[in-house]
Amino acid sequence: MSRERKIIVNALTRVEGEGALHIRLDGDEIDDVRLSIYEPPRFFEALLRGRSIEEVPDITARICGICPVAYQMSSVHALESALNITVTPEIRALRRLLYCGEWIESHALHVFLLSAPDFFGCASGIELTKQFPQQINDGLRVRKVGNALLEILGGRAIHPVNVRVGGFHRMPSREELTPLLSELEWALAAAIELADWVAGFSFPTFDATCELIAMHHPDEYSMNQGQIASTQFPTFDVDKYEQHFSEDQVAHSTALQSTRRGQTSSYLLGPLARVALNRDQLSPQAFALAKKICPVSVTQNRFASILARMIEVVSCLEESIATIQSYETANQAFVPYVVQSGFGCAATEAPRGLLYHHYEISDDGRVAGAKIVPPTSQNQRQIEFDLRGYLPQLIRESDQTIANECEKLIRTYDPCISCSSHFLTVHVVRN
Amino acid sequence: MSHLPSTEKKRLGVFKFASCDGCQLSLLSCEDELLALAEKVEIAHFLEASSATLPGPFDLALVEGSISTSEDIERIREIRHQSRSLVTIGACATSGGIQSLRNWADHDEYLRYVYPHPDYIDSLATSTAISDHVTVEFELRGCPVDKYQLLEVVMAFIHGRRPRIPSHSVCLECKRRGTICIAVTEGKPCLGPITQAGCGAICPAYHRACYGCFGPCAQANPPSLSEHYLADGTTPLQMIHQLRNVNAASRLFQIESNRIEAKPAAARAHE
Repeated sequence: MSRERKIIVNALTRVEGEGALHIRLDGDEIDDVRLSIYEPPRFFEALLRGRSIEEVPDITARICGICPVAYQMSSVHALESALNITVTPEIRALRRLLYCGEWIESHALHVFLLSAPDFFGCASGIELTKQFPQQINDGLRVRKVGNALLEILGGRAIHPVNVRVGGFHRMPSREELTPLLSELEWALAAAIELADWVAGFSFPTFDATCELIAMHHPDEYSMNQGQIASTQFPTFDVDKYEQHFSEDQVAHSTALQSTRRGQTSSYLLGPLARVALNRDQLSPQAFALAKKICPVSVTQNRFASILARMIEVVSCLEESIATIQSYETANQAFVPYVVQSGFGCAATEAPRGLLYHHYEISDDGRVAGAKIVPPTSQNQRQIEFDLRGYLPQLIRESDQTIANECEKLIRTYDPCISCSSHFLTVHVVRN
Repeated sequence: MSHLPSTEKKRLGVFKFASCDGCQLSLLSCEDELLALAEKVEIAHFLEASSATLPGPFDLALVEGSISTSEDIERIREIRHQSRSLVTIGACATSGGIQSLRNWADHDEYLRYVYPHPDYIDSLATSTAISDHVTVEFELRGCPVDKYQLLEVVMAFIHGRRPRIPSHSVCLECKRRGTICIAVTEGKPCLGPITQAGCGAICPAYHRACYGCFGPCAQANPPSLSEHYLADGTTPLQMIHQLRNVNAASRLFQIESNRIEAKPAAARAHE
């Protein structure tokens, strides 16, 4: 009698984009685990070539509807690096504010609509509302504050229109921003209470030590700028990114997976890594919250990522309030520049983790070459590794339970699969 | 058989093809209306929102994304077969999306540029709108769609009426918003006059030219507009790129960008 069991989740749900999971067990032995991304390729790096650098932030935003600001930010920073542009402190602060809006909306979406239902056996956030109407409604209202920030600074929440190389097309006035303060203050208090509610969830135990990587900045909780820091290797500058990491193909999967060059080990990006590496730089109330609900010892439990997200929501709300309170209407919307050929790279912290872009610019101000490495591409190998680590404690369960639990684990990384559409999908049968 | 309206909830399916998920996200971003909507319809299939998936048929299928693989063609036919009404949401589904830029390029070269093993990839040489493959009851434009327009479309189909979506140009929204015309006063090559309303005319309000993310409007006259900009200093390449953006493969923008490309610069200079 064959002891082989195949567990296939044909369509992962409550994630952004489309993917599948294939597990093959031989009795109690794990034979194969594959996270398959069948999102069709969209060829962003190829279609950017020949376009004016002014068009890049509009085009790269379209990589992802949940984190368009992340793509805009990594793009403009990389292009500014190529053109030796340094933005003004006012522009820099407003870019962080815009990014705060995205972290708030993206994290709140993940916490309340995508991930929390898993802790209560619910199929959706809508179903969870029947048990926790107050919490889900408050969670959605917090998300709405993030969207409001994006709408004022960017024109709209999905694919904002105001970001450009050198700054913004138009600076918002103080009068546009200050009416948000009362709702931000409500959201800050609500998010701290909601974080307590989330901390009371029943967390599966899954601690597997791995390398955590996040950007680190000496003066602030890193979002737009910094060096690349790790829990296991020395910190290095972003322009050395490609010396340290590569996107490789592995034998069991045709998907591109990022690894450290010269190593076979995977690494983890995202809120858990950021809170672990930059916890002292959280806003005061977020730092207090982190001490209470997410001690350092917890940051290796993948299921605790939902706690790290709530901590970052609180940090972003507190920072947004402070930024708006001290904001004076600035006149200079962007720093002018001279078009010239060059090469530039940058990484920023997308809600799901480090996002790297590089661009070659031709002397007429067009894109000659582009490379984009999204966070999910980098986390994908870690996800597969963790599934292998998590499976032994599930192996005696029914196939359906195993599938559900694995899907839950995948969801904690909040993988953004559309972003990763330059992955290779699994179609190849190997001998 | 009763002719009274059914009291059963209508069944909604939300499906995705090549896209960024932004238009589906617009539905999840209806924070104030989402839970009320869930009371009115049965969300039978919506992978981004729910793990509970029910089989068809669906009273209303909302389809995001363009057709860009051979499997997509089979899948959209099956969804069409299962759906009483099929509505496409967003620029990808209504015009092929930004990924339709490959329609003008060498697809094999694109594959080689992005993938080390292009032979593993299932990808068509074109990215096309859903209506190029199956009959569509309504197309909602936008990159992304406007969430209030999306709610209007869903409610209209639930109640069996036509959606009330304006087909006039962005210019009317600019006027309503009180934005000074940047095409007239600053000479910026704004696509507002030929682009369908729905975004709220945000780009001119942020001091930049409309880049056509809602696609062509009903009465658009693209040659007239682009010849005006070309005579005023906009280069043909700028104009082509302005049109070949997130709605590049929409019929009117496609015809116009091809027209500019085909016309020798010398001929233009003598006009």
